[in-house]
Amino acid sequence: MTTAALSHGRAETATRRHDAVPKVRGEFAYANDLRAAGMLWGHTVRSPHAHARVVSIDTSEAARMPGVHAVLTHDDVPGRKTYGLDFPDQPVLASDRVRYFGEAVAIVAAEEPEQARRAAEAVRVEYEVLQPIVDPERATESEPLHPPGTTARHGFREDPRPNVVRAMVVTRGDIEAPADVTVSGVYEVGQQDQAFLGPESGLALPDGEGGVDIHVATQWTHVDRDQVAPCLALEPEQVRVHLAGVGGAFGGREDLSMQIHAALLALRTGRPVKMAYNRQESFVGHIHRHPARIWAEHRATKAGQLVSVRMRILLDGGAYASSSEAVLSNACSFAIGPYAVENVEIDGLVVYTNNPPCGAMRGFGAVQTCFAAEAQMDRLAAGLGIDPVELRLLNALEPGGRLATGQVITGSLPTREVIRRAAALPIPEPEELPRDVLRLPGGAGNTTRGEGVRRGVGFAVGFKNLCYSEGFDDYCTARVRLSADGAAEVYCASAEVGQGVHDVILGVARRELGTDDVELVTGSTADVGSAGSTSASRMTWMAAGAVQLACRDALEEQERAGGGEVDVERVYRHPRTFPLDPETGQTTGERSHVAFAVAAMRVVVEVDVELGLTRVVWIGTAQDVGNALNPVAVEGQIEGGTAQGLGLALMEEIQTRDGAILNPNFTDYLMPTFLDMPPVVSDLVEEPEPDAPYGVKGVGEPPTVVSTAAIVSALRDATGRELARVPVRPDDVVGL
Amino acid sequence: MKIALTVNGEAREADVWAGESLLTALRDRLELPGSKNACEQGECGSCSVLLDGVPVCSCLVLAAQADGHEIVTVEGLARDGDLHPVQAAFADAGAVQCGFCTPGLIVATDDLLRRSPDPTDDEIREALSGNLCRCTGYAKILDAVRLAAAR
Ligand code: FES
Ligand code: FES
Repeated sequence: MTTAALSHGRAETATRRHDAVPKVRGEFAYANDLRAAGMLWGHTVRSPHAHARVVSIDTSEAARMPGVHAVLTHDDVPGRKTYGLDFPDQPVLASDRVRYFGEAVAIVAAEEPEQARRAAEAVRVEYEVLQPIVDPERATESEPLHPPGTTARHGFREDPRPNVVRAMVVTRGDIEAPADVTVSGVYEVGQQDQAFLGPESGLALPDGEGGVDIHVATQWTHVDRDQVAPCLALEPEQVRVHLAGVGGAFGGREDLSMQIHAALLALRTGRPVKMAYNRQESFVGHIHRHPARIWAEHRATKAGQLVSVRMRILLDGGAYASSSEAVLSNACSFAIGPYAVENVEIDGLVVYTNNPPCGAMRGFGAVQTCFAAEAQMDRLAAGLGIDPVELRLLNALEPGGRLATGQVITGSLPTREVIRRAAALPIPEPEELPRDVLRLPGGAGNTTRGEGVRRGVGFAVGFKNLCYSEGFDDYCTARVRLSADGAAEVYCASAEVGQGVHDVILGVARRELGTDDVELVTGSTADVGSAGSTSASRMTWMAAGAVQLACRDALEEQERAGGGEVDVERVYRHPRTFPLDPETGQTTGERSHVAFAVAAMRVVVEVDVELGLTRVVWIGTAQDVGNALNPVAVEGQIEGGTAQGLGLALMEEIQTRDGAILNPNFTDYLMPTFLDMPPVVSDLVEEPEPDAPYGVKGVGEPPTVVSTAAIVSALRDATGRELARVPVRPDDVVGL
Repeated sequence: MKIALTVNGEAREADVWAGESLLTALRDRLELPGSKNACEQGECGSCSVLLDGVPVCSCLVLAAQADGHEIVTVEGLARDGDLHPVQAAFADAGAVQCGFCTPGLIVATDDLLRRSPDPTDDEIREALSGNLCRCTGYAKILDAVRLAAAR
């Protein structure tokens, strides 16, 4: 079923996204394109220290500067002084202490952006610099950064040590069960940034009655509202959050950025206030992917059957909790990859430090563990003399098998199929020399004619869950207004962040209602209930479910009433999940994760071992995508997700010293360009998910989970080096 | 200071700060927000415009330097309501996800195809390597450029 089929489409527009034309014309309104009459510009005063006591804040000079309308600090926050996605541990504005480099300390509103910037510079903050905790290994022996119990939650394993955000254990079977071979290793993952192209922006408008409207690029309008309102001492209805155009997200817009700040300034000045971060500020304006240290030990029989896996996973959560507890849980749940292993012991820990805060990023904990676990599988294959693909097929987890958390897979998980199909993709022959330098490592730098270039082929498999887990009440609301003539308005607050969920919604509504006359009224908290977050590869599934339900009920209601206008709002929930047992990490019900998606990837690289330069030549992947509603959009997710994994494998890392970010810009934080990305051959394995509407699966995360591991596997093949840390640096592959 | 320039064929004036970029002047003074600001450092190409027919990163050009010159932005490419062929190809090939990179890529692609109407894949990749896209992995953009060239 394609979008064209769904929409009974007008031929010329059927394959175009509904927002494609405004986007190519430059007319699509991103958050940073919004303006309002009488608008002021907000700016944020940020800490230059990763850890310091705030001794005093003097705003008097800034307040007197031309064009300045307000300078606000912690004392001006009328309601709750802290907020947070899972735990309210982050100050709206710092009071007595800053815990990370770039933490917000004061905010300014002025007529012109330049005036706001200058006024922010004129706010005098006196700090007493404290020793930052920057080594996650030592966090639990350091002085606590937050009061004890900040992240205690019923159902978490108790751990009295300081700076523990969450500790968990996943254990089953007999970890000492007899085996023939053992391989172990220590792996490290650096800190990756989402680097969405459109920096954080938004516009807050006071409504004149004490409330506020916030237009913002976000992933979940309703949970923004629920965090903002208490800090403003307002009722939730007085804060209306509207989705503005989003320039990419990848997890980095799950947490609040400028929402409360702009609203505070708007309410104080009685004027609309716009805040727009520049790239440098964006690097401290959102959370990042958790850096990880992982120790793994795999034991197997001579024939290659996995007997046991032990892992210790340490994630650096940075200064505030964000969604660290869930990232850790995912890392532990999917740590061993899509393999059936009876005996498991996984110890996970995520800690507070004074490093940049970490939270959601595409792949959500599974990226880090996939890198470690797949390296282990390659090592095991080498140690046993078994083909790496065969070893993976032999141990593949399929329906009927158990996850590390004891959950039996009941839905779709075609692990063997994706492995077979990825392995069957024909790889290109080595290209002869001499050839155009663009197709050599070093590219346009013209650094080699091909001498010293070695080729390698790698393979990896990755999987993760779809939707929210562990008993979270995960739902999506949709509202359908049908007029007497059959025209429909569909309301759903699901955040379109570029992935195309709004086309899914329109397609489902057209199909269910049997009309093309459907208008999508997007995401405002004022018009419709929560859609949940655009994350966890859940939005296509959940929005399709909610819109389908609302459409069917609207038609039924209209028929019952004998025609006329109807307006129905419906809530869709996926099958219930249950918490993990805090002592064993085993599921306490039928399942803790609702469904899964798996991808296998084959990669060809060339490495110039004289200069340490790398070129990814070709990527082929087979991915379990459920029923692909729109194959072009699915491929787009696979290609884009793969590029982000390539970035983590080869170049992307936020570098810090004493907690301060050293490379908060695109000159020093490198991302894949057109020349870095090889062709990606995507083989879509379409097996409908039985529990999902239309059999869909989320598709955005598996390619990011698997590609880092697959690329490094190919680099190991080319160089024979261990390459236990990503991003792989030139020094790691040079001088063979 | 006051500047006078031609933008998308129209004579325009703006009152700008001495240090203000052409990008800021276009977006915030001339109400042409189609050119995007993603880095302000010449690294991403989101702000690409044509200055006297030559593509530039408008974040690196001072507004004052554009005084007396001719600028074309993404908003100036469509003719009489019809999409420019490059715009149409991007829409048709699935080259647009979040779309934040799109205006800059369209300006850069238009420039490429005017210089080289039938580019090879390597030529395309090199010509557009100054434009970052975080969403697509570039594959569908390559398709779009080929499609535009074929049309
Ligand atoms: S904003 Fe001009 S190059 Fe990035
Ligand atoms: S489509 Fe989002 S940055 Fe290119």
